[in-house]
Amino acid sequence: MLVTYIEAIRQAMDEEMERDGNVLLMGEDVGVLGGAFKASAGLQEKHGADRVVDMPISESLIVGAGVGLAVQGMRPILEMQFIDFIACGFDQIVNTAATLRYRHGGQTACPIVIRGPSGGGVHGGLYHSQNPEAWFCHVPGLKVVAPATAYDAKGLLKAAIRDDDPVIYFEHKFLYRRIKEEIPAEEYVVPIGKAALRKEGRDLTVITYSSPVHAVMKAARDMAAEVDIEVIDLRTLLPIDWATVMGSVRKTGKVLIVHEARLTGGIGGEVAARIARDCFEDLDGPVMRLAARDVHTPFAPAMEEYVLPNQEKITEAIRKLAAY
Amino acid sequence: MTEQKDRELYRWLRLIREFEGRISTLDKQGKLMGGVYSGKGQEAVTVGFCHDLRWDDWIFPLHRDLGAYLVKGADPKRLMAQIFGKRDGFAKGKDSYLHGGDLPNGIFGATSCLGATLPVAAGMAYKFKVRKEDRVAVAFFGEGASSRGDVHEAMNFAGVHKLPVIFVCENNFYAYSTPNELQFAVDNVADRAVGYGFKGEVVNGNDLHAVMKTAGKAIDRARKGDGPTLVECKTYRYHGHSEHDRADYRSEEEVITWESRDPIFLWEIYLEKRKYDIAAIRKETSEEVTRIVEEAVAFAEASPFPDGPEAMGDLYAMPIDTEAP
Repeated sequence: MLVTYIEAIRQAMDEEMERDGNVLLMGEDVGVLGGAFKASAGLQEKHGADRVVDMPISESLIVGAGVGLAVQGMRPILEMQFIDFIACGFDQIVNTAATLRYRHGGQTACPIVIRGPSGGGVHGGLYHSQNPEAWFCHVPGLKVVAPATAYDAKGLLKAAIRDDDPVIYFEHKFLYRRIKEEIPAEEYVVPIGKAALRKEGRDLTVITYSSPVHAVMKAARDMAAEVDIEVIDLRTLLPIDWATVMGSVRKTGKVLIVHEARLTGGIGGEVAARIARDCFEDLDGPVMRLAARDVHTPFAPAMEEYVLPNQEKITEAIRKLAAY
Repeated sequence: MTEQKDRELYRWLRLIREFEGRISTLDKQGKLMGGVYSGKGQEAVTVGFCHDLRWDDWIFPLHRDLGAYLVKGADPKRLMAQIFGKRDGFAKGKDSYLHGGDLPNGIFGATSCLGATLPVAAGMAYKFKVRKEDRVAVAFFGEGASSRGDVHEAMNFAGVHKLPVIFVCENNFYAYSTPNELQFAVDNVADRAVGYGFKGEVVNGNDLHAVMKTAGKAIDRARKGDGPTLVECKTYRYHGHSEHDRADYRSEEEVITWESRDPIFLWEIYLEKRKYDIAAIRKETSEEVTRIVEEAVAFAEASPFPDGPEAMGDLYAMPIDTEAP
């Protein structure tokens, strides 16, 4: 069936709520309104107000309450209306949820999913454009996923809901209605911890995830005559599928990491460090990174374009790497 | 109350005092690592709220509510092993003190971010409500934690949904060194309950009768579906915030005044008034609690420390690829 990225998210929640009576959705305006972006449209009507819960504007409470529910065997999906607001729930995520199993010596699981719209390119300004995934990749006990396709959006969300550990699910708002693709009508899940080889190539590897996957794929197609690019979509950022990453780098010997989140302290640094150690003998050029500039995501169009990676910057970075 | 229950309550007060007293001694002897947070002087609060709970109710103790663990059913031996950071503790040595709860007994382990358990308690109470289970959640917090946003967010949500949760503020007048007047501008933390749409009550936290009466009403109200209550127990901790804190920020007179209102002392006066054989009760109780604590210490000392590599366990449901340094 032909679905948008956001419809895939809606379907995953709907199907999981239907499959498992312990799944519930909590967030601001998720019920009557169906979510600020309509990710939960119709779900309250179908599953009831007890299971699709309009919460007060209290992100810390939303996460903390999710932990209380999880200890009782429930599987809450906790929506941040914009992922930027996850900062308000930070303590509950890193200190309560991420440590729950550990500090209880394995007595309990913590099956919560925290999801919400991240990313820029939509003139959202400082508080509706953030990509804070790296904060959470630094926290043991969490899992972090960031789908780029409608197929993965649905399959990864289902996997996240069924997972017994806290999963932070970064959906990209730029993709919500721009991505439309055929997905299977039958049930499927996309396992957490597995990257996708989006395109095979011989000359260099581009490792990316979330929204930039599409620009990288376009570059790979457009530049096919000059360079044969392999594209890896990480999909899961914690834990990273190192086998797929290293396998590709060993084959091509050149690697560019692209993410929309800013450069310093980003996922790319960790990926680059591992590649430098594990693939040192295989490298034919420096491990390169393309990311947002180290500044907030500004509002005015020219500034946002200047700060975030785009098609042109990706093409340029690939050319630079290919020249080695 | 029956004589049996009167004596049982006395036993709990004394057991907690003995247990914590021993921990303070062990700390002074250098036999414990890390922070030790004595609740000496506050025993009537935890006994009063936990004694009449059902086994399937849940408590969310604050960092010095070791007594709540005992009364709610935690094994004293494992609790002592927890304090020692041993493998038989609830956290299997991954953290000490009250960070590792005893979940099968409905005891949730707190983090060090004070008041952060209140949203968790509210979430759990939401489940009790929507699943029509007549269970309650009791969340303890200090008057210092009342300044945190989590406390507000949890109470607000609990009020909206009339959740079966009781918020117990243990006001011992000092948040570490900070006195009430620098913590909030209201007379009582419980005065804030009106802002959340439920009842707030202030009670003498050293008077076990008063605590039990108020706790009983609040628990009944929650169990019947009539919503939350905020109970503020005015009490006092004899020790500093932790054992290394000499608590010079308060006067000797103040400590002596509160010692004259000691919850165990007050309960002994009550037992005497009831014409029980207080000398015999005291002797019998002393022997029993000493024995329990001796056994707990012996167990904890014999329990092994976890090995280094055990640090990597209990992090995820299934281990993930972790980097060697």
